[in-house]
Amino acid sequence: MIIAAIDSYLEVAPLAWRDAVVQWCPEPTQWLVHHLITIVAILAVFGTLFAFTPLAERKLLGRLQNRLGPNRSGLPWWQNGPKLWGLTQPFADAVKALTKEDIVPAAADKLLHFLAPVLIVAFSLLTFAVLPFGRHLVPVGLDAALLYFFAAGSATELAIFMAGWASRNKYSLLAAMRALAQVISYELPLILSVVPIVLIAGTLSLQDIVLAQGFWTFGFLPHWFVFTPWGFAGFLLFLVSALAESNRSPFDLPEAESELIAGHLTEYSGFKYALFFMAEYFGLTALSGLGVTLFLGGWQAPCAFLQFIPSWLWFMGKVIGMLLLFIWIRGTLLRLRIDQLTRLAWQFMVPLTLINLGNAAFWSLTAGWTGPLQLVRWGVSLAIIVIPFVLLGRRLSAGRHPRTYRYAAS
Amino acid sequence: MSPLQICLLLSSLLFCIGLVGVLSRGSAILVLLGVELMLNAANINFIAFWRYGPNPDAGTGIVFVLFSIAAAAAEAAVGFALVIAVYRHQRNIRLQEANRLKG
Amino acid sequence: MTFALIIISALILGCAAVAMALRNLIHSALLLIGSWAGVAAFYLWAGAEFVAFAQILIYIGAISMVVLFAVLLTRQGDAPEPVEFPSLSRFVTGLIAGGGVAGVLIGAILGMPFDVRTAQSAPALSVKELGAQLMGPHAVSLLVIGLLLTVALLGAVLLASDRRPDQPEDTP
Repeated sequence: MIIAAIDSYLEVAPLAWRDAVVQWCPEPTQWLVHHLITIVAILAVFGTLFAFTPLAERKLLGRLQNRLGPNRSGLPWWQNGPKLWGLTQPFADAVKALTKEDIVPAAADKLLHFLAPVLIVAFSLLTFAVLPFGRHLVPVGLDAALLYFFAAGSATELAIFMAGWASRNKYSLLAAMRALAQVISYELPLILSVVPIVLIAGTLSLQDIVLAQGFWTFGFLPHWFVFTPWGFAGFLLFLVSALAESNRSPFDLPEAESELIAGHLTEYSGFKYALFFMAEYFGLTALSGLGVTLFLGGWQAPCAFLQFIPSWLWFMGKVIGMLLLFIWIRGTLLRLRIDQLTRLAWQFMVPLTLINLGNAAFWSLTAGWTGPLQLVRWGVSLAIIVIPFVLLGRRLSAGRHPRTYRYAAS
Repeated sequence: MSPLQICLLLSSLLFCIGLVGVLSRGSAILVLLGVELMLNAANINFIAFWRYGPNPDAGTGIVFVLFSIAAAAAEAAVGFALVIAVYRHQRNIRLQEANRLKG
Repeated sequence: MTFALIIISALILGCAAVAMALRNLIHSALLLIGSWAGVAAFYLWAGAEFVAFAQILIYIGAISMVVLFAVLLTRQGDAPEPVEFPSLSRFVTGLIAGGGVAGVLIGAILGMPFDVRTAQSAPALSVKELGAQLMGPHAVSLLVIGLLLTVALLGAVLLASDRRPDQPEDTP
């Protein structure tokens, strides 16, 4: 009884605290304070997450490569104090980025050069507004939330272009064009891979999509969309597209630091570079949040008896899990070439997402099948996606190996 | 002045800006952008009449705007492909010089 | 309410007018994108949020990219060349024609007694109802527009590709 009371309080605790603060304010400013607190809360939580994600990335990559990673930064003005496992590294990095000289090329388009990092951070933050963080924690409950998410996300392309063009450096411009070609190519499979969810759930509202996944068979088998044949295929396709959309390894061609200098970020330094860096991680976190919401049950607990843990903790845990998965992928896979990248998008991902859409249509048409027919339904659905996967995969790699090296000594 | 009239004024002024751009600029890209502006002006009218019309629950205005946006996307794709084809022939995109039928 | 509309209108018209007068094509295109974003803001103001997000997704996400790529692919040399007005007489003619049309339209709008529904709240039309409309009474139009988009895309690829049939593909 007491546990249930604590639980239901924890569930609405953030809202209760916000309302308590709003009560203190005079009447005409209440709506402003109400929204400001929401914005500040999102900025604080995801800002902190952003501060520690690169640290986790560097430490985990270090472990994957059999080294230690950053572990030296301790406390300021305390020479031989505790090292804290390098946990204060983000603050040292922030001070470094803020105190670096901000260099603007003499020929640059000053206004656009300044606007590009600002816009990219603004747009990548806008996407957080519609994610359902918990059972009662939806900043903006839009009817067309999914469309909003992609609309806000697609605007970042503009900032990439502005960064490349305003630098007035031909390498920046070329890299920006490459980055745009990549982002546009992968936007198509990204959007197509979530259409089956809309088809099955019958709504564009993210909160309703999460609610549609809130059932358990026998109390411990969750009805998340990832545990269906079409959902699993869609999740993998979404994952690959999300990696490419956020310019993460193995799709980090736009700023491949060992081949190009830094792509469209060549002429940026100091805090503006940090803003681009921030936008990249915000975008990655937002896409992780979307993937969790659409495929991994959002804030739903994996088992019915685990529901006593507040829903927003489940959401954050899943998002952090996705981020760790992305870091693991970065430490494992090699970077693709640009022709491999575009071929993968147009000859493999797009056809598979379209087939997966048909698969989801089959799944929704056969919703009434029970008993042994259920097995048939699973088998047919699996076959619909696995056979094209194998065939397309063979065609993609046909005649391309063994690889010969023309310029490198074997 | 009612909000509907302000919306209509906005749309007609936007249309005229697009028209002036189409008539007075020589670059094919700016001409196409002017046409896009005129399309947007028409869409504003649809939404304004949907919002203040006698039968807003029908939603025909919204549906029409969605189709119009899709048509605009098709127009942009073909239009800019034409611009690139013209550029390949005469190495510039000034419309005054694109007056030959033979490529 | 009306105040917000006036601000949005000023944004749209200002961006569009300056864009049509500038000599730098990239600046023109970026300002026009601002104007399209203003139109999306207008849709939001009018309560048509689905259309607003579609406008942002298609105009700012897709058409703007086509425009910017077209600008970059059709320039000569390194520096972007300023786009001059063709001639003064042409500019004046265009201005007179546009001004004339504007005058006629504004006169008609101001002189027309509109029978306006004065409800303050926007009519609520959920995405679901919109989808039912698209799939029900407008299903044929939806199919036609899909066909149009496919044909336009194929045509655009065909027009913009410079590969002759007899030329082999350029292999690295």
